[in-house]
Amino acid sequence: MSEFFAVYGSLINFAGLNALLALSLYVPLSAGQLSLGNAAFAGIGAYVSAILTMRLNAPFPLAIAAGAFTAACVAVVIGAPVLRIRGIFLAMATLAFGEVVRIAAVNLAITGGAEGLIGIPSKTTMLIIYGTLGVAAYFLTILRGSRIGWSFASIREDETAAMVMGINTTLYKNSAFILGAFIAGIAGGLYAHLNFIITPGEFGFAAEVQLLIYNIVGGARSVWGPILGAFILTAIPEVLRGVDITAGPPRLFVNGLILLLVILYLPNGLSSFFKRAKGSSE
Amino acid sequence: MSVFIQQLINGFFIGSVYGLFAIGYTLVFGVLDILNLAHAAIFTLGGLSALWLTRTTGLPVWASFCLATLFSGLLGLVLYRVAFAPLRRRADSNLSGLISSIAMAIIFEAGAFEIFGARTVRFPQGMFAVRVYHFDSLTFTSLQLEIVAIALGLMVVLSLCLKHSRTGKAMRAVAESETTARLLGIPVERIISETFFVSSALGGAAGILFGLYFNALGPDMGRSIELKGLAVIILGGMGSIPGAILGGIAFGMSEVLTVALTGMSSLRDAVAFSVLLLILILKPSGLLGRGRIRQA
Repeated sequence: MSEFFAVYGSLINFAGLNALLALSLYVPLSAGQLSLGNAAFAGIGAYVSAILTMRLNAPFPLAIAAGAFTAACVAVVIGAPVLRIRGIFLAMATLAFGEVVRIAAVNLAITGGAEGLIGIPSKTTMLIIYGTLGVAAYFLTILRGSRIGWSFASIREDETAAMVMGINTTLYKNSAFILGAFIAGIAGGLYAHLNFIITPGEFGFAAEVQLLIYNIVGGARSVWGPILGAFILTAIPEVLRGVDITAGPPRLFVNGLILLLVILYLPNGLSSFFKRAKGSSE
Repeated sequence: MSVFIQQLINGFFIGSVYGLFAIGYTLVFGVLDILNLAHAAIFTLGGLSALWLTRTTGLPVWASFCLATLFSGLLGLVLYRVAFAPLRRRADSNLSGLISSIAMAIIFEAGAFEIFGARTVRFPQGMFAVRVYHFDSLTFTSLQLEIVAIALGLMVVLSLCLKHSRTGKAMRAVAESETTARLLGIPVERIISETFFVSSALGGAAGILFGLYFNALGPDMGRSIELKGLAVIILGGMGSIPGAILGGIAFGMSEVLTVALTGMSSLRDAVAFSVLLLILILKPSGLLGRGRIRQA
């Protein structure tokens, strides 16, 4: 057993963090808002918490919380104007925001420029990652069945109709966006204190797309979908190594193929597959 | 001062390539309301296949330019058949189309890595005679002039075709309303396929010109232009061809100006993306957009 953890420990850690990041995107998606800024929020959480622990010797939990709160505060400021736009335009506005954050991290002195921050103390453990993931998943499951969760769902299905029904769509859209940013901020902080090193490039466009892929492959219709998607896609390189596919291009190809097949044949993701097997209707 | 003007000219040169790339984006968006994120991958494959043709078959550059442009167009047809056509009847087709185009982008990129390798490759030295012109204190090369001429030429041809040719009119009709176009007897499926062909051919041509301009091509060269292309079409207004051209040139110039004024090349994209964010917030329909905000 301990041998298993020695070999696959870091894989399990990253799977948990990716799942947490996937959940951070799930929240705005559940309210119908396609945000591509969550990797940038994770970046904000990562940088703020790493700077706090490295420069000010702040206690680890405080640093993580500060990072998450900073990400949420940025989301408050950016969300108010941005969430007035819908659909693809919102995706692009959040994408532009992500690029601005990345470029800022490259150019500021305190973030270490393009080389990033090196020598972040290693504080994150597997227990912390999975504990946080469990709490987040539990909280989001409760939220889903609450009045707020139903409001999110009604906005996702038809925003105009939801507004007519008297739902304060602006408030709920912003809440979803901010909550997503908060979770992303936590995940980013944990990532920084696991990985020893963070660079601006890790929180760019490719990372945004990766989060979206987790949600699509797993299915963004339930809390378990994004987690499942993140686990499967994080584990796939290892599985492929088992069948002797180690080179980059075939691995990339398999990822693309999975995404294509899921979007064409399982529009609600892999988790809907299990639901179908159980015989319950969508 | 002359350095300043020289920078503006350089920005204009590269901006015309951005514009050509962005036209392909905006054409598909105009007709289908779908953001085709595989456009950058086709840009890459266009550039790399042109290079492969000149190096292995010894064709002159112009011939491989034409062949590779055609090849990119065919890739566009494959892209439409595989990733977009099956999703057309779905209610959320503009979102699922976005995602299936990401999937195709990953597959195309894997293909580019597999076939052409991960290294940066170059056109062989002395393939074409590059003359250098001096005009007062300004310098430009015949290659730069040819690139701008081809890029602007293609854009003009496209604009004229859209305006006057039968297919172009049909494309605009489908963009306006698919149902009405179908009622009028326009073969909608064929027109959409043709739109993808034209859009991808232009994207591939932009890739070739980009490769010639910097003489450095790699399987990830599409990544940087992907976001720039998005910025350009938003700047110009989604679905607007003149907007894409002007947006491309404006973006190219803003890049070089930012570097020239601040002296920091890492800030190159900062101004452009901040402007983009502001435009999206203040006037989402873009500078030359059609005045209505599309709602998903």
